[in-house]
Amino acid sequence: METVRRWVQVLSTLLVNGSWDFPVTRSIYQGPLKVLCAPGLNCYSCPAATTSCPIGALQQLFGGLRFAMESGQFYFGLYVAGFMGVMGGVLGRAVCGWLCPFGLIQDLLHKIPSRKGGIPRGLRYLKYGFLLFFVILFPLLILDQFGAGEPWFCKYICPAGTLTAGLPLLLMQPSLRQAVGLLFLNKFIIMVMFIAWSIYASRPFCRTTCPLGAFYALFTKVRLVKLRLDASRCTNCKACHQVCPMGVKFNESPDDAECITCLACMNQACKFNAISLEIGGMPVGGQAPAPAPNKTALRQ
Amino acid sequence: MARKSLRRKPEFAVRKTPFLVILAFTILGLIGISTGEPQRVLEQAIRVCLSCIGIG
Repeated sequence: METVRRWVQVLSTLLVNGSWDFPVTRSIYQGPLKVLCAPGLNCYSCPAATTSCPIGALQQLFGGLRFAMESGQFYFGLYVAGFMGVMGGVLGRAVCGWLCPFGLIQDLLHKIPSRKGGIPRGLRYLKYGFLLFFVILFPLLILDQFGAGEPWFCKYICPAGTLTAGLPLLLMQPSLRQAVGLLFLNKFIIMVMFIAWSIYASRPFCRTTCPLGAFYALFTKVRLVKLRLDASRCTNCKACHQVCPMGVKFNESPDDAECITCLACMNQACKFNAISLEIGGMPVGGQAPAPAPNKTALRQ
Repeated sequence: MARKSLRRKPEFAVRKTPFLVILAFTILGLIGISTGEPQRVLEQAIRVCLSCIGIG
């Protein structure tokens, strides 16, 4: 199943980055497909990007809200929020595990042999702050002299934008290099930090910083596709703790907001069929449930 | 007590909440489409915003 997931990640990455004529055009794709949002974090200034980044689009709409309203256009971000909400309602953070290009990059980086470690649990709450302040409030409330807000998360934080858009554009367009300053240096350092951190720990950006992941995490309990724990079969052997790339202790919190539904716990860890996949409450997969284990015997 | 155990929940039951959430956000998205927001998203996405990627 891990191989299937990897192929789905690659396919999804290629689908949202399907414009490969940029070495010739030396610019970004400007076709009509960009009206669509990508389900995961994928900078629309990436030369190969054929879709819009929902987080980037949302900040741009919020930043230009006053201008738009003055000209009678009510761009509140409902189209983008609606898309994100539908994705959240159907898949939730399974998007992070299966469809996000930057999730794939982090997964691959973590495969580089090195000393491995975890991430303090408290850092997971940071991403909600990034969503609230850098994506919603700052673009809406901090305005320049012309009354326009800035895309704060893209401009000051997003390492995905630096890696997939900033660096390629600097390589393709030498004239841009003169404009590089402290702002880019700040973003470059953040990008290098996340690359190094991804080699050491699994998915640090998803777990601590990604505002899109934070948004999808809000749908954890109400999403259509989710994992389910059968407590009567669980022996608390904690095998699921060892394989989770997000540090979820599934048997202790089956509705954990960090679960990206990668299915590692179900397929690689649990020997007692205590974990199953469900869609809208109904089980999927024809696996016959194993008989419930004799917990007393197992504990001895 | 005995009556309570007879009324055990079925192991699997259709959850309605996800469908309501999806419906609500679909309506939200359709309202956004009706105001012409996708065109604005497209206009923004086809331009390279240098300050957005830390250049300039």
